[in-house]
Amino acid sequence: MKAYNKILMIVAALSLGLLFLFPMWKIYLEAPQYPEGLELHIWVNKLAGSSESVLQNFNILNHYIGMEPIHAESFKELKVMPYVIAFFMVTGVIIALIGKRRLVLYWTSLLMVAGAVGIADFYMWLHKFGTNLNPEAPIKVPGMTYIPPLLGNKQLLNFDALSLPGLGSLGVFLAVLLAGLVYYFSRRSAASSAYTRHLNSVLV
Amino acid sequence: METLINKLKKAAPRATLLMALAAGSTLQSCGDPDTKGNAKDDAVASNAAEAVYVAPGEHDELYSFLSGGFNGQVSVYGLPSGRLLKIIPVFTQFAENGYGYNEESKAMLQTSHGFVPWDDLHHPKLSRTDGMADGRWLFVNGNNTPRVARVDLKTFETVEIMEIPNSAGNHCSPYPTNNNEYVLAGTRFSVPLDMKGGTQDVSLSDYKDKFRGSISFIKVDPEHGDMELDFQILVPGFDYDLANGGKGPSNDWVFFTTYNTEKSATLKELGASQNDRDYLAAINWKLAAKYAAEGKAKEMPANYYHNKMDHGSHTAKSTVKKTVRYLLPEDCPGMMYLLPAPKSPHGIDVDPTGEYMVVNGKLASSLPVFSFSKMQKAIEDKDFDGEVNGIPVLKYESVLKGEVKEPGLGPLHTEFDGKGNAYSTMFVSSEVVKWSLEDLQVKDRMPVYYSPGHLMIPGGDTREPYGKYMVVMNKITKDRFLPTGPELMHSAQLIDISGEKMKMILDFPTVAEPHYAQAIKADLVAPNSVKFFKLDENTHPEAVKNEKDVSMTRNGRTVKVNMTSIRSHFTPDNIEGVQVGDTVLFHVTNLEQDWDVPHGFAVMGANNAETLIMPGATQTLRWVPKQAGIFPFYCTDFCSALHQEMQGYVRVSPRGSNVPITFSTGEKKPVPPASASVN
Repeated sequence: MKAYNKILMIVAALSLGLLFLFPMWKIYLEAPQYPEGLELHIWVNKLAGSSESVLQNFNILNHYIGMEPIHAESFKELKVMPYVIAFFMVTGVIIALIGKRRLVLYWTSLLMVAGAVGIADFYMWLHKFGTNLNPEAPIKVPGMTYIPPLLGNKQLLNFDALSLPGLGSLGVFLAVLLAGLVYYFSRRSAASSAYTRHLNSVLV
Repeated sequence: METLINKLKKAAPRATLLMALAAGSTLQSCGDPDTKGNAKDDAVASNAAEAVYVAPGEHDELYSFLSGGFNGQVSVYGLPSGRLLKIIPVFTQFAENGYGYNEESKAMLQTSHGFVPWDDLHHPKLSRTDGMADGRWLFVNGNNTPRVARVDLKTFETVEIMEIPNSAGNHCSPYPTNNNEYVLAGTRFSVPLDMKGGTQDVSLSDYKDKFRGSISFIKVDPEHGDMELDFQILVPGFDYDLANGGKGPSNDWVFFTTYNTEKSATLKELGASQNDRDYLAAINWKLAAKYAAEGKAKEMPANYYHNKMDHGSHTAKSTVKKTVRYLLPEDCPGMMYLLPAPKSPHGIDVDPTGEYMVVNGKLASSLPVFSFSKMQKAIEDKDFDGEVNGIPVLKYESVLKGEVKEPGLGPLHTEFDGKGNAYSTMFVSSEVVKWSLEDLQVKDRMPVYYSPGHLMIPGGDTREPYGKYMVVMNKITKDRFLPTGPELMHSAQLIDISGEKMKMILDFPTVAEPHYAQAIKADLVAPNSVKFFKLDENTHPEAVKNEKDVSMTRNGRTVKVNMTSIRSHFTPDNIEGVQVGDTVLFHVTNLEQDWDVPHGFAVMGANNAETLIMPGATQTLRWVPKQAGIFPFYCTDFCSALHQEMQGYVRVSPRGSNVPITFSTGEKKPVPPASASVN
């Protein structure tokens, strides 16, 4: 692998760091009595929102329909995920330094799998919270579940829920894209170095 | 025949008066019903509805703060819509939110006379930075039991009230200097000071010798706004009416109108109206502060309350101050001068350039305009016309720029539009008169309905007035609104002053009697408005920040319930173990952290008000049950779809009963793994 590929690979690994700087997913709720809206921000290691007390306000609204309160402690994922990301960042950098093209492929594939697992897990959260309702809830709408959309918007009673990836997710996207490019570019340089080697052997 | 002529002769002055009144009436248009309608149409701008229309969901351009006079409150209106936005209780108990009723705010109304739950609030004044309203605080006066209060414009709550010693009728108050270095407060009534913080027991016939007035200099902390009485000036025993300060060249000066320079103690309507001229008192506040700092001030015993609301605990504390420093004008040359003013002057207003001082002589037929530079020259040249108590009196002609001739009947107050025009209210002829500061000629007249007092141009007392609107506050409303029995709401009238001619664009009723008002662009206040108090920052000693920490304890005959409220329940909501005659203190913490979700708390039969607890705050309602039984309590502020269910019960048992203290919310039962509560 040439130097620029190595640098690109390091950038790919480091772009995962965006996950620590920005939320990976955002859920927006809007209703007539919440003109300013409520935003839930899902980070790699915490739950937050547009204001400090956003979780409390989500939970106050959710308790009317008997939804389980959301707490950061409810999610083991939030404890594990930072390590997973750190693992990918460290191994990404190591792979860049080693410069083995095949390792780049493994790393990228594993990252894509991890991303897919993450999205699947996220959908399962949403499903669990939206359907696991307290039978004693004060407000019961027959047949109604409250699964927020995974992507895009959905009307949940008086709330318009909108779910979109945050800037943090861009880190994963960039990592996959850049590592893919490294894999693609280093193919030519691998081919050309093989050719040089062949020439050398002929000349010698 | 002769007698008839005599009768006519006698009646002649009265007839002229009647004719004058009739002329006034025509202006007021309360004659023939037909012309009345027309006159109204003439006065009202054709685009009035459009000019004041603020579409649903849109916000007003300006906040205006109107004093409530005898209701002791400040009412906040949006301009130009005239919508009432809030009532801020200051010197009055306010059952609506428990101010002055709950345990936290009672200390705000403590004075050296005990708990005084009412006052007469006349003048709101916005805090200033560099001579312009900065939107941080609003200072207001309590006229009856002399007090000055500070309202925080982040929360629109009264956060400080200071009693003023050696004062009686705190009327010419509170005037803030251009960077809030001082808030000045002058006494309306002079009283015989006993020099120990009270008044002497003397005969009223000794008024001339024994009565004195005082002007108080309240220092304001530049960062937090906290007030402190720095010193007072003991002034001659006149009545001090209104105050206003200079700007630009006259920045260091503050002016007070005075009446009863005759020093009459009785029937002042005659006694105080004998001298042809009263005085405008000019005080160099910077020099006064310098004299006080240099040790010219003497100290005397005093006894006055200073009440402050703590930010974190939302609890007021009173401190009693025991001394006050004072200056005597005779010891402080150059600090104070008297300018002869028309008989019984009322308003004193300084134009935006700081050069002209307009004195409204309410019984005078002309409006004198004094010149600050001429005043400085007269002082330099010692152009004096005698002295009073060692205070030089300047010659009228030496300080006068000129007089506005025949401005109207009963000039009271003047404000400025920043374009060289002044606007004066005429109480008797019920009109506002626009005149030019340059040539002192009347430019326009506008009838106002009826008997206007103060008028206000947003920023009209600052360097740069916002010369688009003028609010005129009327004392008598008569036929302006649907009749409501003998008592009618007072009225404020909004007048467009952006053009050559004044245009009436809105009437809106006001709460109690507005005296003065202040207004400020909404951008300077709205962005800083607090939406809720952070629960984490609540330092109330009885605060409960988590439902699982609620408690109920008995200490002798006092029962303390530390409880919480959140949509849509109280914790606890079942309380037992209270006995007849116990003092029950409900310390309620509102756990909400969201805008506009206060919860109220009220108990059946409480000899008290409700209390309204802001999100994140703790408030305490005191209740002494007088009979055994079950007493419901509930949330009074509609908070959610299940607001009506937000209620609970207190069981009160007979004195000496053995019912143990128990409290709960919900029945304890195994929680199915699939569910949980918000707790």
